[in-house]
Amino acid sequence: MTGPLSLAEIASAACNQPFSEQQWALRLYTAGPTPKSIAAFNNLKRICEEYMPGRYDIEVVDLMQNPRLAKEDQIVAVPTLVRKLPQPLRKIIGDLSDTERALVGLQLRPRT
Amino acid sequence: MSGESKRKTRTRAGSARAPELPELPKAPTGIDGLDEILGGGLPAGRPTLVCGSAGCGKTLLSMEFLVRGAIEFGEPGAYISFEESEAELAQNVASLGFDVESLVAEGRLAFDQVRVERQEIEETGAYDLDGLFVRLGLAIDSVGAKRVVLDTIESLFSGFSDAAVLRAELRRLFGWLKDRGVTAVITGERGAGTLTRQGLEEYVSDCVILLDHRVLDQVSTRRLRVVKYRGTSHGTNEYPFLIDEFGITVLPVTSLGLRHGASLERVSTGIPRLDAMLGGQGYFRGSSILVSGTAGSGKSSLAAHFAAAVCARGERCLYLAFEESPDQIVRNMRSIGVDLAEPMAKGLLRVEASRPTYHGLEMHLSQIHRLVDQFDPHAIVIDPISNLSTAGAALDAGATLLRAMDFFKSRGTTALLTNLTSPNNGSLEMTDLGVSSLIDTWLVLRDIEAGGERNRGLYVIKSRGMPHSNQIREFLITSDGIELQDVYVGPEGVLTGSLRAAQEARERAASLSHERDARRRARELERRRLALQGQIDALQDEIRSLEDERAVADSEYSSLTTTIEHERAAAAVRRGADATR
Repeated sequence: MTGPLSLAEIASAACNQPFSEQQWALRLYTAGPTPKSIAAFNNLKRICEEYMPGRYDIEVVDLMQNPRLAKEDQIVAVPTLVRKLPQPLRKIIGDLSDTERALVGLQLRPRT
Repeated sequence: MSGESKRKTRTRAGSARAPELPELPKAPTGIDGLDEILGGGLPAGRPTLVCGSAGCGKTLLSMEFLVRGAIEFGEPGAYISFEESEAELAQNVASLGFDVESLVAEGRLAFDQVRVERQEIEETGAYDLDGLFVRLGLAIDSVGAKRVVLDTIESLFSGFSDAAVLRAELRRLFGWLKDRGVTAVITGERGAGTLTRQGLEEYVSDCVILLDHRVLDQVSTRRLRVVKYRGTSHGTNEYPFLIDEFGITVLPVTSLGLRHGASLERVSTGIPRLDAMLGGQGYFRGSSILVSGTAGSGKSSLAAHFAAAVCARGERCLYLAFEESPDQIVRNMRSIGVDLAEPMAKGLLRVEASRPTYHGLEMHLSQIHRLVDQFDPHAIVIDPISNLSTAGAALDAGATLLRAMDFFKSRGTTALLTNLTSPNNGSLEMTDLGVSSLIDTWLVLRDIEAGGERNRGLYVIKSRGMPHSNQIREFLITSDGIELQDVYVGPEGVLTGSLRAAQEARERAASLSHERDARRRARELERRRLALQGQIDALQDEIRSLEDERAVADSEYSSLTTTIEHERAAAAVRRGADATR
């Protein structure tokens, strides 16, 4: 093993599952088809294709259609990306245009 | 519900004060006293900022605004909390009798807790707060809310790092709230030199209320001030307010209603002579009586007589003692012949003793309210009120007392208050708490120092609605209770005590000697009269003896004359001379 473990590797090690086989469940909360939402979706898609091809599932929730979910899932800012799997739950807000910070938020890269 | 109707009348009275102005629509808060200050309520359909430091009652005020809105004014409300959870809030206000949970269940209140935790959040580009808008919209729509509380929206600033975005979003939010036409209360923490830490006053400019919780002389007082209220005249002072089991009560003096009825019934003072001084019948039932005087002038004794008289009629009396313990009062009053132990045992008299400094003023007031509600007394004695000023600033104590007296009057409870006045500040006709104008009957006890002793004098400064004596009475405390005596008023001035007794003795002595003199003089005259009479009698005797002598002389003379005639006739016969002529 070379170098320090990434957070994601530690997390997956805790789940007794190799990081490379981890399934990702992501949920993107938007409030209607705003430019920020569209940008966020495109950015997310790009990151997923690069880091977890074939192992991710993106669910888009439009809060305008399902306002109750905003309360239930404690959404304040939009867009918000929630990493439901792998555990633990993570929240990332913004349109994900800052890829570095998005990766840190998804724990694909350690905080520098 | 009487409380409800009272509130409604008050609100009407409040808005009737300024009929010439085009009235802004108001959303009454239902909070005692606050609507009066606000000229009817918060600006309807606009946001209001309530700011203050931690623990000053922001959350409670906003919660009461919502709950009273839902219960009393039929306006459902939405509460968006950024700090406490629904359960915590419900628990916190349950002690005030607000059943938030059932209001939520009935669909009259909507609740949402917005939790923002920075460590959970990674910011990765442009975002807005549409999620908050969605939740707010949901909460409003779910109950048809007319009132919204955002408590404390500034918490967002600790959750999100992009202040510029937040500010833009807040501006949008307040605009949105106005568009929705809801009456909103936004709370904010007091910042250094600004009303709120994040300068919310910049966005919410229609109405700003500042709450303050300060400790002065180790006693805490809550105050409220309306910093601004666009388009409305409002009270600008700082008003003390209380938080008790009935919620928030703001104490604007102007809110005190003067609508209580006035009883014609009279109640005895417990001292017959004092009754006589007050038009012969004593106090009016339901009136406020102030007994003021210097230390040791007999205020408590007078109060105890009153209490005993109340109980003797079979009525209940509440005695609030701020100086002595119940046992001490009973013992001391027994020494002057007033038995308080018996009515206490019968449950007619209740003595509640507490140190004034034990609570803040607000607690005292709420304690008085609670006791009065529990015990439902016909009369109440507060001995003394002057000590209340040690529990808060004199101004607040005055306002508190005002409130208490208003409360007593509205219940028709006769209230006797004693007040310790300092002999140094010159006038006895003054109270530290400035309550004298509220008093119906005012008795003053004063020490009269003369001839090396102190005596007590009592007089009636005023007694509304009845003829009353203008005389100073000497006030004696004997083992049989209080006696009032006339003071000596004569050429020597007003005398009391042993001076009065001495003066009376002197007068008695003087009159005695006058009497002796008169009698002696009468005797002397009589003697002289008798002597003269004697002389008269002697002279009359002399006259009588002279008359006798003269009578003898007369008879001797006439017999002599007769003899001489006879002799002459006999001689003529003998000479035979021309006797026949």
